[in-house]
Amino acid sequence: MPPVYPAQLQTRRNTTSYRASQISSSGIRKFFDLLSSMGEVVSLGVGEPDFVTPWHIREAAIYSLGRGDTMYTSNSGLLELRQEVASYLHQAYHLDYDPQVELIITAGVSEGLDLAMRAILDPGDEVILPDPAYVAYPPCILLAGGIPVPIPTRGENQFKLKAADIEARITDRTKAILIGYPSNPTGAVMSREELAQIAKLARKNNIMVVSDEIYAQLVYGIEHSCFASLPGMRENTILLGGFSKAYAMTGWRIGYAAARAEIIQVMTKIHQYTMLCAPIMAQMAAIEALKFGEADVQQMRQEYDRRRRVMVAGLNDIGMACFEPKGAFYTFPAVRGTGLTSEEFAEKLLVEEKVAVVPGTAFGECGEGHVRCCYATSLANIEQALERMSRFVDRHR
Amino acid sequence: MSSSRRLTGAKPFFGIILPLYEERGQGVIKLMKEVFEILERDARTTVGQISTMTGIPLAEVEQAIKKAEEERAIVKYKTVIDWEKLGEEQVWALIEVRIQPQREVGFDAIAGHVYRFPQARSVYLVSGTYELAVLVCGKSMQEIAAFVAQKLAPLEGVQRTVTHFILKRYKEDGEILAEREEVRRLPLTL
Repeated sequence: MPPVYPAQLQTRRNTTSYRASQISSSGIRKFFDLLSSMGEVVSLGVGEPDFVTPWHIREAAIYSLGRGDTMYTSNSGLLELRQEVASYLHQAYHLDYDPQVELIITAGVSEGLDLAMRAILDPGDEVILPDPAYVAYPPCILLAGGIPVPIPTRGENQFKLKAADIEARITDRTKAILIGYPSNPTGAVMSREELAQIAKLARKNNIMVVSDEIYAQLVYGIEHSCFASLPGMRENTILLGGFSKAYAMTGWRIGYAAARAEIIQVMTKIHQYTMLCAPIMAQMAAIEALKFGEADVQQMRQEYDRRRRVMVAGLNDIGMACFEPKGAFYTFPAVRGTGLTSEEFAEKLLVEEKVAVVPGTAFGECGEGHVRCCYATSLANIEQALERMSRFVDRHR
Repeated sequence: MSSSRRLTGAKPFFGIILPLYEERGQGVIKLMKEVFEILERDARTTVGQISTMTGIPLAEVEQAIKKAEEERAIVKYKTVIDWEKLGEEQVWALIEVRIQPQREVGFDAIAGHVYRFPQARSVYLVSGTYELAVLVCGKSMQEIAAFVAQKLAPLEGVQRTVTHFILKRYKEDGEILAEREEVRRLPLTL
């Protein structure tokens, strides 16, 4: 079924496409501009580690450049890297993927997500996703011709996606469920049992699950449950993973997708014409990361964990109720006590106290009443920010 | 048992702390180690902050630190200062010292003579072509030269010294001094 476009758009040529017009540019542009014009801001608004990539990983990339590794790689990515990813997934989750046909190296999870959506969606297909969720989910669905079907999640339920809520929204156009746990923006994780409920629904209704697990290695005091490792879900899941967060490699743009061969083949076809291959430097660095980077991941995770505890305790102390996030590096405290909306809170806090946080509404309607505070910043910054936020909250109570 | 323990006869740290928490298992011991890792990185971290960061009750953090201080597992709290930045000139030298071991006491007696000089900031027994590695700090090259010529070299049992003046300090105790690696992030990303 071709998409049905509004009549006026079919009758005249527009410079830009109707499809692109469906997606809004980032809702916090104004906020970003305001922030950029100010000095001395303590920012909890960042979505990446405050560590630079571990030296041995950078050094490996420099060495490979020096040696002249500057060419295209296979569309699927370097076989050695795919083999390393396969062995990582085996060790971590006892999941076995054939590096030849069931894995593809992507330019970050962002590209993996785009490929997944374009590989599986036909115009009008519905994709269920939690609200709030990572900002790129709805646009990626829309650009692939799909329709996002957000499922409200709530603070009192730690922003977990409930199978019963999903079930109520399944139609005969439901093609996939798109989840991302640990969650950006909430820091929420889902237990194996809770995920199993969703898996059961997916199997029963023959729905694909796309699982963005970029924060898989950043969980605290628990084990991450990989969705594809749930009974029967390996064949029905597109698993997206990457190096940006755990190895502090955001700027390298490197990730991977794992799924059954038929899906990876289609994703590779799209990737071959749109990206060709992930940058070889980043692929070389990723091999080093997987081979020798575990100690770095552990060290950074421990550091985040300490900051997480300081942040959560501090927020609750100053009256910004916040559940304990068990993953990623975000807290998602409530701002309701101030009577301000998320956006008002974030803007006033920035202007009055020079602390940057991200309004929850940037991640969906259900983010209203919350702001995202990232604790991937120094303890000194966290404490400074908490002190200023405390003053702010007292003033606006 | 490592050779350094045999030399000093010190109890391993967890031998000290273990009896306090033994019945509560390995997890607690591992957690306790964090207390000291945090303190080692920043001695000014308060007991309250450490308690929040690790989730260990305040009283237990206090107890572990007190015990470690008593046993000199925490040797002292100090500050890393870049004296050059403060305009104070300092000259450092690494001195190789060849010594003759002595009956009964081996190298320890001579080492004891050397490490009692306040000029010797670090003293190590090392393997290789010489025995003692001594880090010396002074106000000038002359001061260090005088120390070596008048104090160190004439010691009984010292056969030979080689003095390496330190020209530039790049990294000390895990801290890079030469340049600081800055994290340049956009102030806001989603």
